[in-house]
Amino acid sequence: MAYWLQQILNALQLSSIYALIALGYTMVYGIINLINFAHGDVFMVGSFCCFMAAAFLGLSFLPALLLSMIGSAFLGVAIERLAYKPLRQAPRVSAIITALGVGIFIENFTLSLAPYPKVIPPLLKNITWALGGVTFSSLQLIIILLSIGLMFFLDYIVYRTPVGMAMRAISWDKTYVPLMGVPVDFIISITFALGAGLAGAAGTMYGLAYPVIDPYMGIMVGWKAFIAAVVGGIGNIRGAVIGSFILGTVEIMVVAFFPSTYRDFVAFTLLLLLIIIRPYGILGKPRTQKV
Amino acid sequence: MIPMIQNSWKKTAGQRWLMPVLVVAGLGTSFAVPEYALFNKYIQLVMMYVGINIILTVSLNLVNGYMGEFSLAHAGFMSIGAYTAALLTMRVLPVMDHPWLFPLAVMAGGLAAGFFSLLVSVTSFRIRGDYLAIITLAFLMIVKSVIENIDYLGGPRGLPGIRKLTTLPWTYFWVVFSVWVIRNFVYSKYGRGVLAIREDEIASELMTVNTQRVKILTFAVSAFFAGVAGALFAHVLQFISPRVFDIIKTTDILIMVYLGGIASIGGSILGAVLFTVLLELLRPSNTAAILAFLPDVIFNPVNQHFIQHLGVWRMVIMPLLLVLLMLFRPHGIMGLKEFSWFIPRLDLEAGHPAAPEDNIHEPA
Repeated sequence: MAYWLQQILNALQLSSIYALIALGYTMVYGIINLINFAHGDVFMVGSFCCFMAAAFLGLSFLPALLLSMIGSAFLGVAIERLAYKPLRQAPRVSAIITALGVGIFIENFTLSLAPYPKVIPPLLKNITWALGGVTFSSLQLIIILLSIGLMFFLDYIVYRTPVGMAMRAISWDKTYVPLMGVPVDFIISITFALGAGLAGAAGTMYGLAYPVIDPYMGIMVGWKAFIAAVVGGIGNIRGAVIGSFILGTVEIMVVAFFPSTYRDFVAFTLLLLLIIIRPYGILGKPRTQKV
Repeated sequence: MIPMIQNSWKKTAGQRWLMPVLVVAGLGTSFAVPEYALFNKYIQLVMMYVGINIILTVSLNLVNGYMGEFSLAHAGFMSIGAYTAALLTMRVLPVMDHPWLFPLAVMAGGLAAGFFSLLVSVTSFRIRGDYLAIITLAFLMIVKSVIENIDYLGGPRGLPGIRKLTTLPWTYFWVVFSVWVIRNFVYSKYGRGVLAIREDEIASELMTVNTQRVKILTFAVSAFFAGVAGALFAHVLQFISPRVFDIIKTTDILIMVYLGGIASIGGSILGAVLFTVLLELLRPSNTAAILAFLPDVIFNPVNQHFIQHLGVWRMVIMPLLLVLLMLFRPHGIMGLKEFSWFIPRLDLEAGHPAAPEDNIHEPA
């Protein structure tokens, strides 16, 4: 029983990091129908921002977190303005390939500046409590609670504020919404900033949980978060969180009860079956097709 | 009068005899280069990589360009072909005494990959667009992780000690064969079905296109050549591991396809050649050798400050070039256009139905 609880705690930690990244994928997809393949690398840059804040500036946890969120948000907006905005009328595939190119560019640019893996110094004093055979660490609790807090914050923005209303309106209709006086470009930039900021927060927390970071760390984590977003129904914010929790839980549970090399196999097979059974994701709605 | 002559030359003589002559000349060259050591070993190696990349790009273009799906599974099919062929040449076929058995192994690799493509094509009946992209991505990851868990295949450590059986003539043969088959497929009755699926799947079904059969066949042909390319690749590299065929490999192939332009065989060949050669040229020693004609006054500072650092920066320059190309030419180098040599005569005279100029439907 204690073992189960322990694994659930670990699963929650991994899932909440996936969820923060998946939110960025799903928001961008929802608003401009673009699979932002550079998003995993924004997450990586968030980790490196945290490393720089901690190692060079000597900041403590909260300022470092804020700095990496702001840094990634700026990067996200810059990518959108320079690379995606000129392609909004172009074929969709060109935008996707541009996203892939931007991702590779960011990876290798970081690699040329930081050729060796870096170790993030511990920013938080890690206290562990043992409670009936289950070990809690303060780091784990902070990661889980902070991510859930950020998710509620995002949910509030999207469903309760005028900006969020504009986002939902743009994803609903791109022809008439600008005529209603909604500044489309500005709202799209805000969306990118929010998504990238969350990815930066995820990068910081990932870096604290698994301190060795390298420029290619965003590839696998990013793809997995993307899959989680699709499983939940891409374009749907609550779906992305649900998908991430399914993916994170499956991954941790496979490692807990089977050889760890089976992790990807079992996780991806389950996701494959899930998509085959529900082709539009858990919370996605099937679109009707007209001929 | 003169344009008319030019036109008729282009339409008839241009493609009636030019293509076979070029193909035969190329075959002769591919035998002559290693035989008389016309180029050094390194350039021969690059030529083989170019050939393998052409096969990969043309075959992925069949699914992603002509059929309008977004498949990410190509590296997975490649690894199936590579492992099948490598096992055959290492443990089953006596290739040491009978080198002519090698094409059989390559063929088997392609067939294995084509067989596994059923998994993707059957799911594509119900699932389309971005969700199919995820299916193919998951397929790629599953293939990788299955191979990692089979000890007989070396697991994550990989499979060393493959014989170097891929030669320049064989690479050339498979390149010509794949281009020929895919070109004929695209301009066949099935090819019309493939294009119809890209334009509108439901409408094409209503117009009696058997979409399921067309999809199975298209994915199978595409995967077959991915497997062939994987088999050739394994016998050049002489070592394969699951990590060789991961998502980064797929990304490379995707870049070559969209660099060249979708739904264009000529574009795919150009894209593969440009990408492979440019990446090699950006290696410091090659760039230095090319720029060595400059006077020392210019060459030395350029060499010291720029060329010596290219080893790290070439992977930064390459994606930057790709992004710039996409920004200024979103269709790639020759998206939806085709060299007239590749187009059958009757199609050329009737206009080019494979490329509706301004009627591109996005894969939804």
